[in-house]
Amino acid sequence: MLVKAKGTQQSVAASRLLDGEAVWLGTGNIWVEDVAQAAVFDGADAIAEALAFAKAEEKRQIVVDVYPLDVEITEAGTRPTHLRERLKGIGPTVRRDLGKQARQPAA
Amino acid sequence: MPDTHSPAIRSNQPADAHAAVYRYDEFDKTFIFERVEQFRAQVERRLKGEITEEEFKPIRLMNGLYLQLHAYMLRVAVPYGMLSSTQVRRLARIARVYDKGYGHFTTRQNIQFNWPKLEDVPTILRELAEVDMHAIQTSGNCIRNVTTDQFCGAAADELVDPRVYAEILRQWSTMHPEFTYLPRKFKIAITGSPNDRAAVQVHDIGLIAKKDEVTGRVGFTVYVGGGQGRTPYLAVKARDFVPVEEIIGYLEAILRVYNQLGRRDNIYKARIKITVNEMGADKFIGLIEEEYARLPRQKFYVDPAIVDAIQTHFAPPPWVDLPAISDSFEAAKAADPAFARWTRTNLTEHKTPGYAIATISLKPIGGIPGDAEADQLETVADLADLYSFGEVRVTHEQNLVLAHVRKDDLYPLWKALDAAGLGTANAGLISDIIACPGLDYCALANTRAIPVAQRIAERFADLDRQHDLGELKVKISGCINACGHHHVGHIGILGVDKKGEEFFQILLGGDAGTNAALGEIVGPGFDYDGIIDAVETVVNTFVKLRQPGEIFIQTLARTGHAPFKEALYARA
Repeated sequence: MLVKAKGTQQSVAASRLLDGEAVWLGTGNIWVEDVAQAAVFDGADAIAEALAFAKAEEKRQIVVDVYPLDVEITEAGTRPTHLRERLKGIGPTVRRDLGKQARQPAA
Repeated sequence: MPDTHSPAIRSNQPADAHAAVYRYDEFDKTFIFERVEQFRAQVERRLKGEITEEEFKPIRLMNGLYLQLHAYMLRVAVPYGMLSSTQVRRLARIARVYDKGYGHFTTRQNIQFNWPKLEDVPTILRELAEVDMHAIQTSGNCIRNVTTDQFCGAAADELVDPRVYAEILRQWSTMHPEFTYLPRKFKIAITGSPNDRAAVQVHDIGLIAKKDEVTGRVGFTVYVGGGQGRTPYLAVKARDFVPVEEIIGYLEAILRVYNQLGRRDNIYKARIKITVNEMGADKFIGLIEEEYARLPRQKFYVDPAIVDAIQTHFAPPPWVDLPAISDSFEAAKAADPAFARWTRTNLTEHKTPGYAIATISLKPIGGIPGDAEADQLETVADLADLYSFGEVRVTHEQNLVLAHVRKDDLYPLWKALDAAGLGTANAGLISDIIACPGLDYCALANTRAIPVAQRIAERFADLDRQHDLGELKVKISGCINACGHHHVGHIGILGVDKKGEEFFQILLGGDAGTNAALGEIVGPGFDYDGIIDAVETVVNTFVKLRQPGEIFIQTLARTGHAPFKEALYARA
């Protein structure tokens, strides 16, 4: 179930319209496939601005299902705080040969 | 190629010529292909930005296309669980060409593909249409795929072939103008046997075949208002007997009452079970009867000529006269203990002497419940052609069935299944677990369910131990939507989110069968590591308490929950 983002540090997640691939808004308003590269927005204004851009991308048929998520910054990059969002960044734990984990080190 | 008794193969007909699937006429084919092209145009308009996601979402859902955690998911309808080998091969092809090489069979007897691209979906639907398949009514607030007993048309205890009526219900409900936008989704299950193998009492409408003792007429006992989810209810009996020719009229009355009174203000209270229980069953049933008395019965009368015409699609395959006992089968059992073990759990009595019903387990120890690789699907299709008239069934317990296998053929069948990883002797045992996709795939889930199932199966990997335990149904859901049927597991497991961590509650005493019951939560939940030990504690307690011949659910009924609760929490 979608987890409500409450923290001061948030990223923006979405799914790519064409293939449903999980993506995150990265630095420079580029959609990235690796959650570790997701941009981290500090504070309500920055988060609102990022969401507004993402919603506009929805209208441009780039992404769907835009929402904010709580994250933390680690040495390996951006890390979602909730399990659901971490799994979205990896792929099914029961099929390590599938999803993002099959293409790159787990986030 | 191994020797085959298939009369179709021997006479150069298609090998699945006798498979009991509904074969489309020109009207059906035209409708399905037009629907595919309609969806193709809708996808093109979506990609061009001519329609918004808000506008597109209900359209894609009506064509079975969801957006899940990692990708789109396409749910394909398998009407009442019946497939021909041609259709199974097409599913394998779709898995291989358009997806990631596998499919996932669901508790609604459907199949899901977890990784399709939006732009490919119209072409996938066209490939399905070419073999009389589609993804209509696998989502949305409509009457969903009607499910039934996986042993229909073969079981020794059957009164009525439910497929005939399931197909009539499909034709009645498909694109029904009144019931396309119901308050919420609507699920119907039907069984032709008094022994419920279709979990009918946890469906919005459940139908159980019955014969009137006095007149000899055949009809159905009608249950209404059952369901699982966050608010589980067993269905209440609306009528003890509705003759088969009146069944559509009676269901029309139920749907009309629900469509008018079902709540549209709150998605969590929109199912018919809530309407029935908020209003009171007697009052709701009274309204059904009023509506039934009012509606033009003749319009909904099930004409015997129509029944006869549909019956031809489900005509029995050309069984041959065989002795009830097969010497080669008995010899193989005596010579091969592993085969003998499989026959104890995965075979069911057939109504025709010399034949048996074989359940193909999609629950290998440590495997993903309900998953089948493309090459496994093709193996099953080949074996169905050789040994079971080219027909395959999907069970609501996420297994497959070959319903008409000569006893003489069971040993070569099992050896071929075993070589393909499909020969596990665990149908109905503790490792034959229903599990929802959970957080590994599902956007709604709170916790994972599949790895819990895998670890339980691995803990009880010793098949001798499983067989000693006997029938024990474990069902696991990754959230309160209960897609893993945890409410009706002998041992049910519900995953909950506890401050971002996975926790699992245990329910005991549920039953999806003829003596349907909802399980009760036994106490505080367990963490991801602790849940497997907890299940083993429950099982070990059963072993200590059981009397000779008892299965788990019988011991639990005799002792109550107290000793299990004590065993689970005394050590805390």
